[in-house]
Amino acid sequence: MLDDRYDLAFRLYPYARSADQDAPAPVRHPVVIVGGGPIGMSMALDLAEQGVASVILDDHEGVGAGSRAICFAKRALEIADRHGFGVAAHEKGVVWNLGKVFHGDKLAYEFNLLPEEGHKFPAFINLQQPYFEKFAVERIRELQAAGAEIDIRGKNRVDSIEQLDGGVRLNIMTPEGPYQIDADWLIACDGAGSPTRKMLGLDFDGRVFQDSFLIADVRMTADFPVERRFWFDPPFKSGASALLHKQPDDVWRIDFQIGWDVDRQEELKEANIRARVDQMLGPDIKYDIVWSSIYTFQCRRMKKFRHDRVIFAGDSAHQVSPFGARGANSGVQDVDNLGWKLALVMKGAAGEALLDSYEMERMYAADENILNSTRATDFITPKSEVSQIFRNAVLELAKDHAFARPLVNSGRLSLPSIYDGSELNSEDGLRASGFDAPLRTRPGAPATDAPLADGWLLEKLGGRFQILAIGVAAPDPIAFDGGVAEPLAIQVSAEIQARYLGDAPSAVYLLRPDQHIAARWATYEPAAVKAALHRALGK
Amino acid sequence: MSKLVTDPNIPDHDGFYSELIALHEGRSKAESDAINAKLILLLANHIGDRAILSEAFAHAGKDQQS
Repeated sequence: MLDDRYDLAFRLYPYARSADQDAPAPVRHPVVIVGGGPIGMSMALDLAEQGVASVILDDHEGVGAGSRAICFAKRALEIADRHGFGVAAHEKGVVWNLGKVFHGDKLAYEFNLLPEEGHKFPAFINLQQPYFEKFAVERIRELQAAGAEIDIRGKNRVDSIEQLDGGVRLNIMTPEGPYQIDADWLIACDGAGSPTRKMLGLDFDGRVFQDSFLIADVRMTADFPVERRFWFDPPFKSGASALLHKQPDDVWRIDFQIGWDVDRQEELKEANIRARVDQMLGPDIKYDIVWSSIYTFQCRRMKKFRHDRVIFAGDSAHQVSPFGARGANSGVQDVDNLGWKLALVMKGAAGEALLDSYEMERMYAADENILNSTRATDFITPKSEVSQIFRNAVLELAKDHAFARPLVNSGRLSLPSIYDGSELNSEDGLRASGFDAPLRTRPGAPATDAPLADGWLLEKLGGRFQILAIGVAAPDPIAFDGGVAEPLAIQVSAEIQARYLGDAPSAVYLLRPDQHIAARWATYEPAAVKAALHRALGK
Repeated sequence: MSKLVTDPNIPDHDGFYSELIALHEGRSKAESDAINAKLILLLANHIGDRAILSEAFAHAGKDQQS
């Protein structure tokens, strides 16, 4: 019936009977989200920011156990901050900058993420996924208390989906039996194995890698430094490669590459896990095994992320190997991209072209993530003898020669996609005017954070269209069908100069509700801003 | 004095590496060895500087295990 498929870390949304279950006819909701993981919960928060109510259906009563997506990147934290729980995640998380890559017992390569000063959030934190989800649910509870219409329904499993004219009908199973609801829009955030995708019979093609990894989360009070350590051919022989990463609560994530043909049940026996961990840590270190799992990996995506009224976000739409922390981080960016677009379409202020841009921009990002993650996977698990020979040659050369170090690929860490070529972008007026303006803030890029006299730039951006005036007087708001683009004037500082102006004395930026830059100019021309706004609405 | 460039010098290094590995996809080991030999000769001719090539030979042959 409704047996749990996994253990819970936190029981946050126990089953409760909904009035919908006693309604004489299926109740219709504007948005239903399937899956209450990090992406589903973020989706509800993003829609709430736009004033859109949602119902979240999850087949469990809380957050699943296991650290899973432990690396949260700066951009995901910035989005979580806009959703109201970025600071909680940051405070709980472990900040790390140093990464060391070993080949055998020798250090092959070392990198420092060397975070640029002047950002609210660090490049990365390590945080067990259940905490990220818990902070999101706590934020939802706060918004509910303040009147937001977000309805989390635990132990509500979607068993089938019928396409309606302009919506869908869901057949839902609960501990008290089945019921139906209708939705104008269904957002599937139900993970890589997406039941929604399967029920609709949709494709999910790509590459399967012939290897598997054993994850062991161990709790110990070890004095290891807070750094990421990766071994190719580790001297302790516990796997073909190994990764050690620190998490909060004195928990360490260890990944061992154990090969393709493994007996999962055998490998997951505590004695066998301990044998590998002991070989790595030595006999004197005491630890508890908190969680363990074996994963294989795929790089694949759907051909289309939207199927009429059903939209896929996160792992349900695209799956990557874990190298590079591109799974949950890209899913959160899907949400960021989708929320405002869907809200404007629901209001009738934009057409379906705006939703098509979700698919276009996030497919571009998914392909970028798949490319990076595939390359890292090919380096870590070479699939031919010659590939292995080149890999080992790179690792050997890296010890003495700087040129080989950038070739060492144990994962290219997640950076936000820049939507170059998106139809929502307008011209880069600042560079067209002859200024050497920074490329990091070109149209399509997410706004870069910077300190202001009273907080951080990104804290003032997002949720609506904005006209950022730098070194020029704030213009009047520009009203459009469905909203208002609000002005925000900021002073020029060294960081703003470097990140937004280059050698230009002033600039005007048009920002989308997801903090991505739609267009920029040297001076304020109302007609140009209006045209760019029109374009950014998919018109 | 060293003339061989050993600092990073290849733009899009991940793309380069991936193309290099792709060159060998579906080849037998013997075919791959032949491809590698041709590749070395082509690149050596392009470099065309005996001193640089000797330096590269020395680095490549150093501490070769197994």
